[in-house]
Amino acid sequence: MSKEREALLDPLFNNNPIALQVLGICSALAVTIKMETALVMSLAVIFVITASNVAVSLIRNQIPPSIRIIVQLTIIASLVIITDEVLQAFVYDISKQLTVFVGLIITNCIVMGRAEAFAMQNPPKLSFIDGLGNGLGYAMILMVVAFLRELFGTGKVFGFTVLQPVNEGGWYVPNGFMVLSPAAFFLIGCFIWAVRSWKTDQIEEEFHVGALLESGHEGHIR
Amino acid sequence: MEHSSRYIVLFAAAVCGVCSIFVAVSAVSLKERQELNQQLDIQKKVLNLAGLLSAEEKLPSEEISRRFKDNIVPRVVNLATGSYVDEVDADTFDQKRAAKDPDTSRTAPTNPAKVRRVPNLAVVYRVEPNDELKALILPIEGYGLWGTLYGFISLAPDVETIEGITFYEHKETPGLGGEVDNPRWKSLWKGRKAFDDQGDVRITVKKGIAGSPEDDPYHVDGLAGATITSRGVTNLLEFWLGEPGFGAFLDQVRSERGV
Repeated sequence: MSKEREALLDPLFNNNPIALQVLGICSALAVTIKMETALVMSLAVIFVITASNVAVSLIRNQIPPSIRIIVQLTIIASLVIITDEVLQAFVYDISKQLTVFVGLIITNCIVMGRAEAFAMQNPPKLSFIDGLGNGLGYAMILMVVAFLRELFGTGKVFGFTVLQPVNEGGWYVPNGFMVLSPAAFFLIGCFIWAVRSWKTDQIEEEFHVGALLESGHEGHIR
Repeated sequence: MEHSSRYIVLFAAAVCGVCSIFVAVSAVSLKERQELNQQLDIQKKVLNLAGLLSAEEKLPSEEISRRFKDNIVPRVVNLATGSYVDEVDADTFDQKRAAKDPDTSRTAPTNPAKVRRVPNLAVVYRVEPNDELKALILPIEGYGLWGTLYGFISLAPDVETIEGITFYEHKETPGLGGEVDNPRWKSLWKGRKAFDDQGDVRITVKKGIAGSPEDDPYHVDGLAGATITSRGVTNLLEFWLGEPGFGAFLDQVRSERGV
């Protein structure tokens, strides 16, 4: 597999930022009640992560190592503010529903994680692809979770009624649990389970302190 | 690679400079559009409550503004005296901001709706399609279970009958208290009476099912599983329709219309 292909496709299943690295969970819980908000949030994150990767990669050889984190943070924060301004100007209704979570992209560990772990060592083009791949990996989980939560929580898909709920004269009793944040935890958990049953190499080895001391496998402590 | 302190400081300054230029340009160039969006958003809600725009209707922004201009007259009201204030432009007056500023607001009396500050001035919307008053739309707010509910109530010209209610911003649990924005529940309000014959606020969200507006004019069905949100709605209506809120203004309208 070529390097570009790997950078783009690896974060989808093999190294998904949410499912394997378990990063960016906070927003994944908060914005997945409806598919519409999840989609806008996904696009916002894809933009921020791609742009920050490129920007950091462009100046990676000039950044003094002692202040690299704060430089990355400044770039990411600026991109997030610009994203927020654009959303408020063009998709006002959705930006109101996303409330603080657009601003909180700044603290999304995926964005900083990719800037520090990938963009600091790789050229701009590859960093761009890596950002895109990780953004898509995040977006994929968000959309799957939002689809299930919206469908079973309110009987809708993208705002269109699919299962007519009882209190609007239909037959479907909405699952109230689905619209609460913990539901996203369970769904993401199931997703992780599914991915690991398919790609068994993602399962961590069982951890025994005793065995570790004997064989000296410090590598498995996470 | 070792860098001198001078290089580090200059580098940091350069990054900050470039970033701030991007942020400033985006903020300034998009400001006008954002303010237009906010204004349009309020106009949509008011039109919707006045029954002049359905929720499914997707109209271009010019059409919404035109419909708003043709049918609705926003006016600024002095809450203490109840009379209209002509010096302040209702289109640009920001009531939420005014309520936060100590110069343009006062501390609210202790109240169960947990309203902390009342602005001196407030915006009301007169629905006047043909220069004849069809309804009065008043902004309302108060605490539910998780946060403040913001909405509007529409009163008929007799200043007694409720035409409709809407909440456009709230943090209630979806499916339970969040049902305050359910169209079916909101439709239950039409035709009920906000005040009794003595002029006291009587409308209550009761526990369980209320009768028809004719038999049971002072009650509205409670929201199942959301007692505190239901109580919050009762409290905030008592506050805003009563003496601390729009009481003086509504008295003025009543005497004007001879009801």
